[in-house]
Amino acid sequence: MLDVFIFATLNGLVTGLLLFMLASGLTLIFSMMGVLNFAHASFYMLGAYFAYSVSLYFGYWTGLIFAPIIVGVLGALVERYGLRRVHQHGHVAELVFTFGLAFLIEEAVQFFWGADTKNYQSPDLLDFPLFTLFGQEFPAYRGFMIGISISIFIGLYYVLTKSRIGIIIQAALTHPHTVSNLGHNVPLIFMCVFGVGSALAGVAGVIAGPVLTTFPGMAVVLGSIVFVIVVIGGLGSLAGAFIASILIGLLQSYAIASDVGMPDLLNLLGLEFDRNHPLTDLWTLTLPQIAPILPFLLLVLVLIFRPTGLMGKREQ
Amino acid sequence: MLSVSNLHAYYGKSHILQGVNFTIEEGEIVSLLGRNGVGRSTTVKTIMGEVEPTGSILFKGQEIAGKKSFEIANLGLGYVPENRNIFPTLTVRQNLQLGLKPGTNTGKWTIEEMFDLFPNLGERAEVAGGVLSGGEQQMLCMCRTLMGDPELIMIDEPTEGLAPKIVEQVAQLLQKIADRGVAILLVEQKLSIALKISLRLYVMGHGQIVYEGTPDSLMRADEVRAEWLEV
Ligand SMILES: Nc1ncnc2c1ncn2[C@@H]1O[C@H](COP(=O)(O)OP(=O)(O)O)[C@@H](O)[C@H]1O
Ligand SMILES: [Mg+2]
Repeated sequence: MLDVFIFATLNGLVTGLLLFMLASGLTLIFSMMGVLNFAHASFYMLGAYFAYSVSLYFGYWTGLIFAPIIVGVLGALVERYGLRRVHQHGHVAELVFTFGLAFLIEEAVQFFWGADTKNYQSPDLLDFPLFTLFGQEFPAYRGFMIGISISIFIGLYYVLTKSRIGIIIQAALTHPHTVSNLGHNVPLIFMCVFGVGSALAGVAGVIAGPVLTTFPGMAVVLGSIVFVIVVIGGLGSLAGAFIASILIGLLQSYAIASDVGMPDLLNLLGLEFDRNHPLTDLWTLTLPQIAPILPFLLLVLVLIFRPTGLMGKREQ
Repeated sequence: MLSVSNLHAYYGKSHILQGVNFTIEEGEIVSLLGRNGVGRSTTVKTIMGEVEPTGSILFKGQEIAGKKSFEIANLGLGYVPENRNIFPTLTVRQNLQLGLKPGTNTGKWTIEEMFDLFPNLGERAEVAGGVLSGGEQQMLCMCRTLMGDPELIMIDEPTEGLAPKIVEQVAQLLQKIADRGVAILLVEQKLSIALKISLRLYVMGHGQIVYEGTPDSLMRADEVRAEWLEV
């Protein structure tokens, strides 16, 4: 029981940190533009594909460095030549633009890399068990995922709260006019934030690609959960996004690891149902089966009981 | 130093500035007076590039109409808006750091000097800006803009809603700023501090300058005060 719990926690942490790598960028970009960027997870997918292609020729580590840079530059270009122009036509136009971009990137990925799953592998260097506990191995690659995510977050936190550029970014998110009047080039700052946010999604793609499989649907699969996270955390709140990411990562992981289901619950209540009952699918439902929909269930609950999300502020 | 001629500005279809003309020379304190809604704030916002201008705005001989706010600021034009936009979650010190121009680490005014001028701010250097009183926020706003070494600073209604004692402090600060050779455009509704510290003043009515003079001449022009200023 304890071994299941420990491994489920570690795996949940891996997923949660990965989710936060996407959710943090999405949150920053939301604070800046005032709309959700539906193409955010597409940058995550591009990260995985670029890294896959680079790794074929130069190995995993080169991909880890260059794929996020390419994705970041691409993100900055999208902001500069796409979103900034669309911005003057209002939020709806921006939203539609990011939707279109997400489809475009998915089509492009299928066009260039094909519709099949890519054999993107974690590096041989990390192909060993980090430790063995209760006879179960924890792969070093997952430990690496935790390590790299945490280092990036500490670095970002430091830059954002302690450095002068971080202070300017924080102020520009809420008071762009005032910051501009003090002589700071706010459009340039926004382009860089968009680029860095996209690059973060790219890093997530690079490190998640080998574990969560690299295929053209990966943006939709993870993207929908990331949107759930930023809404649950409270739109625009980095702390909320962090809590929601870890929460959902752990929740899903515990649900998958648990082997309880409706039969156990019914037994507990002293009820029993016939195997041939027309609703037998419902009575035999197990927690691992419903794990994928748990985030959405949580979303519905949060929207009903706390519409601003965990840490969100009320809209003015 | 600043020369505004035939300046027009619109909010949508409403024609707010209808040919504004005025000038400010180096080191002068000039007041722009007028009742609420006559277009004083719009004038400074238009000069700052926040509202789109038509007409000419020369700053240090250079046309700045059509430039972006940050470019105008970097030319040496400072602006303290009327809504006291301090950054509530950042500390007093961080708020001041934001005023430093990109690529510089210090200007003519240092943070420590600001704290000498305003012991109140110094004592609360590491406190979030949002917990300061209205008067302290106003001082912080002016100090923040000063950190960027402006040659001309435009200050929109700095005494609005402040107690008489604080208003007096604001007037003293403005005088100190001017003593350092910084020109000031003071936007006010009330005559009190404007009469005391300005060298020249302009009165605005319905989107145009309707009177230009000195504090003395305005005090003698009863009909101007009655028509354009007194409520
Ligand atoms: N953002 C805005 N949109 C539309 N009209 C505005 C806006 N801001 C100000 N106005 C109008 O422009 C006129 C001048 O306003 P303003 O420049 O703020 O006057 P003042 O600062 O002299 O009190 C007023 O009639 C006001 O209602
Ligand atoms: Mg005003």
